[in-house]
Amino acid sequence: MEHEIFMLNRIEFLLHLADNALIIGHRNSEWCAHGPALEQDIAISNIALDYIGQARNFYQHAAFLINELPHESSVFSIPATEDTLAYLRDASAFKNHLMTELPNGDWAFTTLRIFFFSSYQYFLYQQLIQHEDAQIAAIAEKSLKEVTYHLRWSSDWVIRLGDGTTESYQRMNTAINALWPYTQELFQENNFLQPTKNILAQIQTDWNEKIKNIFEEAGLHLPEKSVQYQGGTKGFHTEHLPIILTEMQLLQRVYPNCEW
Amino acid sequence: MQNQQDVFFQDKVDKEIRIEPKDWMPEKYRQTLIRQISQHAHSEIIGMLPEGNWITRAPSLRRKAILLAKVQDEAGHGLYLYSAAETLGISRDEMYHQLHTGKAKYSSIFNYPTLSWADMGVIGWLVDGAAIMNQVPLCRSSYGPYARAMVRVCKEESFHQRQGFDILYTLGKGSEAQRKMAQDAINRWWWPSIMMFGPKDDESPNSIQSMKWKIKRFSNDELRQKFIDVCAEQVKVLGFTLPDKDLKWNEARKHYDFGTINWDEFWQVIQGNGPCNKERLDARKKAWADGEWVRDAATAYATKKTAKNKAA
Ligand SMILES: [Fe+2]
Ligand SMILES: [Fe+2]
Ligand SMILES: [Fe+2]
Repeated sequence: MEHEIFMLNRIEFLLHLADNALIIGHRNSEWCAHGPALEQDIAISNIALDYIGQARNFYQHAAFLINELPHESSVFSIPATEDTLAYLRDASAFKNHLMTELPNGDWAFTTLRIFFFSSYQYFLYQQLIQHEDAQIAAIAEKSLKEVTYHLRWSSDWVIRLGDGTTESYQRMNTAINALWPYTQELFQENNFLQPTKNILAQIQTDWNEKIKNIFEEAGLHLPEKSVQYQGGTKGFHTEHLPIILTEMQLLQRVYPNCEW
Repeated sequence: MQNQQDVFFQDKVDKEIRIEPKDWMPEKYRQTLIRQISQHAHSEIIGMLPEGNWITRAPSLRRKAILLAKVQDEAGHGLYLYSAAETLGISRDEMYHQLHTGKAKYSSIFNYPTLSWADMGVIGWLVDGAAIMNQVPLCRSSYGPYARAMVRVCKEESFHQRQGFDILYTLGKGSEAQRKMAQDAINRWWWPSIMMFGPKDDESPNSIQSMKWKIKRFSNDELRQKFIDVCAEQVKVLGFTLPDKDLKWNEARKHYDFGTINWDEFWQVIQGNGPCNKERLDARKKAWADGEWVRDAATAYATKKTAKNKAA
């Protein structure tokens, strides 16, 4: 029984990691064919692809663990696959951070979100490399290479837009004010995050330092005080997530049990 | 009278010696190539739109990743091709301007709508397939930078074609609804696809000069016939049919006979009256306009940085 609870928590944790990657990947993929320049179109599509790849790895491992559970204790439909997990769960079952589901806004909002989020992932994955679950450790190691690139790319954009033109500076500030209320959720403790509980505080410290440094270089400032939203990891989302899922899950819902 | 340079140039072309950016070339050759390459580049970029449409709705994570990678490849093709055209003395911004103002054309096929997931299969199979048929000979184009770009492009297009075929193959083995979806998509895309080879030879006035310059290697009708012959066989493997009641193997010609193409539709779409001409162009114009402040900021930052580095 204790072992089952332990495994359920691990599965929830994997779904949380996967949902985060899938939803931010979905948002970034919306830029494909609409980027501000061809090179940037390619870059952001590439980042979206990395995220979707990370989501697949985490979902696949979650599916493996779900299928190993004793039947009567499973709250998941079996057999689980990466696709049943991505396409057949409702918004209330998704555990992504709220930040990832917000609409793209402009290029300032999009790149700032990637900056905030990839900074978080950068420090998180460094911890997960030592995870006792060898598969989680392996996925983290592979993903860390990608995230390191996302962080550098997005840092460059934050600096460039912060220190670019008056308009880009203003747009960056608007983005900061819009996104800041969703940043502290990243460090919120949660049941399934227990294995990482002790490290969240450390991640937050490292994250703050990173943001401070890049903002300094960009000539940008943190907002003084702001409301902070949370709930994503518990399944309480913004109105945007159900809309994302309606679009994403369309074919799987309309034509159930098909091969694609 | 032909001058010395013209004769020397044609001689090089005849001997299959590649023309490079710094070599002398007839002005008409340069202009024709700029038109050809930039049209091709624009097609790659506009072509991202109808498929980009379905990335967020792809029915499995695997298909989503493949489709996203494919559309990203097309952006890469656009990039190589714009670079190849730039070697002829035109800037990318100028080419965009020609596209946005309707002065430059792009492949008409992308002015048709993508209405179901099966369209992703059909576009890969037929549209990328027709592109390959058109472009493999261009890997031997007399103009070096274009030929080299085409080698890279063709390699990726053949992946796209296989992926499209695989989507249709899977649908073909699927449910009744999936099979219906696929057949409907084939019916909608078949005729526009075979129009991709351009007008009939006797209505394609520039072809003769282009063939002489070796920037075109086969005639429109030759390529079209070759494509139809291949597809008529492949569609049997897929278990679907092509929407042409006149499609029939002709033992004497050793080719498939096919029905009459609706050239009126072809010219209508080229003239801008296809179902999605306006949407496609508007989407590109919007992306470009929305991106202006971003590009300005990047330039401003780069300028500041250079100044700072100089001062230091
Ligand atoms: Fe292409
Ligand atoms: Fe192409
Ligand atoms: Fe392609």
